Amino acid sequence: MANGSKQIVDFAKIKATMADSYKHPVQVIDREGKVVDPDTLAKYSDDQLVDFMKKMVWERTLHEQTMNFSRQGRLGFYAPTAGEEASEMGSVTAFKEQDFLLPAYRDLPQMIQHGASVAKGFLWSKGHIQGNQYDNPNMIFPQIIIGAQYVETAGVALGIQKNGDKDRVAFVYTGDGGTSQGDWYEGINFTSAYQAPAVFFVQNNGWAISVPRRKQTAAETLAQKAVAMGVPSVQVDGMDIVAVHEVAKEAREFAAAGNGPVVIETLTYRYGAHSSAGDDPSRYRTKEEEKPWFDADPLIRMRKVLTDKKLWSQDQEDKLVEEYKDEFKNAMKEAEAAPAQKVSDFLKWTYDVPTPAVKKQIAEFEAKESK
Amino acid sequence: MAKMTYIKAITSGLDQVLNDDSKTLIFGEDVGKNGGVFRTTVGLQDKYGEDRVFDTPLAESGILGLAIGLSLTGWRPIPEIQFMGFTFEAMDGIVGQLARDHYRFGGQKKFPVTIRTPFGGGTHTAEMHSDNLENYFVSTPGLRVVTPANPYDAKGLIISAVESDDPVLFMENLKLYRSMKDEVPDDKYTVPLDSAKVVREGSDVTLVAYSAEVNEALSAADALAKDNISAEVIDLRSLSPIDTDTVFASIDKTHKVVIVQEAQRMAGVGAIVASDIAEEKIMSLDAPIGRVAAPDSVYPFAQAEGDWIPNADDIEAKAREIVNY
Ligand SMILES: Cc1ncc(C[n+]2csc(CCOP(=O)(O)OP(=O)(O)O)c2C)c(N)n1
Repeated sequence: MANGSKQIVDFAKIKATMADSYKHPVQVIDREGKVVDPDTLAKYSDDQLVDFMKKMVWERTLHEQTMNFSRQGRLGFYAPTAGEEASEMGSVTAFKEQDFLLPAYRDLPQMIQHGASVAKGFLWSKGHIQGNQYDNPNMIFPQIIIGAQYVETAGVALGIQKNGDKDRVAFVYTGDGGTSQGDWYEGINFTSAYQAPAVFFVQNNGWAISVPRRKQTAAETLAQKAVAMGVPSVQVDGMDIVAVHEVAKEAREFAAAGNGPVVIETLTYRYGAHSSAGDDPSRYRTKEEEKPWFDADPLIRMRKVLTDKKLWSQDQEDKLVEEYKDEFKNAMKEAEAAPAQKVSDFLKWTYDVPTPAVKKQIAEFEAKESK
Repeated sequence: MAKMTYIKAITSGLDQVLNDDSKTLIFGEDVGKNGGVFRTTVGLQDKYGEDRVFDTPLAESGILGLAIGLSLTGWRPIPEIQFMGFTFEAMDGIVGQLARDHYRFGGQKKFPVTIRTPFGGGTHTAEMHSDNLENYFVSTPGLRVVTPANPYDAKGLIISAVESDDPVLFMENLKLYRSMKDEVPDDKYTVPLDSAKVVREGSDVTLVAYSAEVNEALSAADALAKDNISAEVIDLRSLSPIDTDTVFASIDKTHKVVIVQEAQRMAGVGAIVASDIAEEKIMSLDAPIGRVAAPDSVYPFAQAEGDWIPNADDIEAKAREIVNY
């Protein structure tokens, strides 16, 4: 029969439904601070819940203090983190010291939690080489080249697997914009092909500098991108620290048990500018868009849960903020006391064995520097 | 005529080409509403619409592929790579594909792509944001590489680059963006893509430089003049091809030469100029060829740039050494 009306593939329907399994962000505490998943919350002791709150207050204070330092001209490039506390602290706390962290430039707070000092973070921002030398060997410096950390994660995860390390995974962060890079797919796909232990985080904060998430891709969720690579993935409410932590912990266990990688999309928001270099969000986004996110603030939510349980008070928080501020001011003093950098050192570190030309240049610069 | 910064002059040139040719397209990360992270394309989306000036997803390889495909369908793309350090993500697109395509098609198709990218340093950017990677591109047949050292050339060169049917890498110096103002005609004019310029006449030594180092060379020439050493300063403007005729003519006059680059010594442009001079003009030289370049380390962390990037003092010292040889 000619011109039958039945199509053998209904692309419209496929398109309309492909995000269906990914559009249900995991949540434990809702935007009003109401516990919507009491069973999961019950897994956490009072101390753990208070610790979550403390870590978020720590990160918010770090953010505010770095903004002050930036205004005083005491820092260099810095990527503000306000709004992303639940996503960052909820995830990093699910990992162990032996896990390997591959951060992007907005992930200094996780690096500090993973064993870099605050002073190192400041030195990195100030453009000082000491900011790239860490005590915990299980991390790299904040990656600037978007996507590069994803392919490198594949190598770290494969290395862990080949070394036969048990209870060890690689974990990595990028933003929503980062999911457009080819490296993003290659990194996840390699890890999937080798079934190596890694947890890939996408902190979807809505914006890649001035480009909104919906202009990165027509896919309704970023989590669903993982399905093509045979990797399980999920969206989580990135303003809910308990939900992020729980999902991250389960992902880590899954990966560490030899099941291959996981992709987690946290739905969060960048409150301020893209960076301290001074872009102006009002050029590209509206107050109406921002408001609901500010209202969904992870600290407000957790404060409500803890206050209801009589585990938290404003007084206690104010004191903490002061303590943290002092800690950060001291860290800044430490950073500012770092010795001036020498070009001769850069030359020494460019090769393991300096070439003849470099040796000559080292001598020239040492002569200049000793004057 | 109006006094314009280097960056405004580029914007003005882009405005001109968008206005003149409805096939021109500007795209890249943040170039639309935000007008680019440096505001080079500011106002252009408002004026020419989202069809002509648009944001892309965050993927440099994708941006270059888009440019090549658009050329194949009759468009004249002007992609932006936000910082030169990010061109590596697009290296196959630029060097592996675009630069070879005219040849691979046996000349049948044209690839009028102008890739704009900021480069250089001295502005305390974040790690990996300052770079002098021109050497990778100047050693690529099929690609033209230009870099203006002042606002007048910036406007004239961007217009020539976009109007050229060859692919052009247009390098914009980070430090010059806002540090330099010049009289720039409001109307259309062009600066040829493959010509160097004598920016200061002199008779004792030739200083060959490009981009921000041209200003350093001019300052060095001022300092040398106080001791009655007369330096001629040449701005290469085009790094591929290099206008050796202008350089040779100057050497015939001064018989001494110092080549200056902001990039590391081992990164090629100065070495290319030096070998051209050695090949053709060695008998005209009264002293060895002098070179001033950054040392062969990785581009340094922000705090140390001041000690690393060659400056007027370095150029002056080398010029004295060559003059007194
Ligand atoms: C390869 C590469 N291209 C471009 C940039 C410039 N750049 C820095 S951040 C950014 C946006 C990133 O957005 P997203 O991945 O969503 O992360 P966010 O900053 O929002 O956390 C861009 C385009 C870069 N650093 N690296």
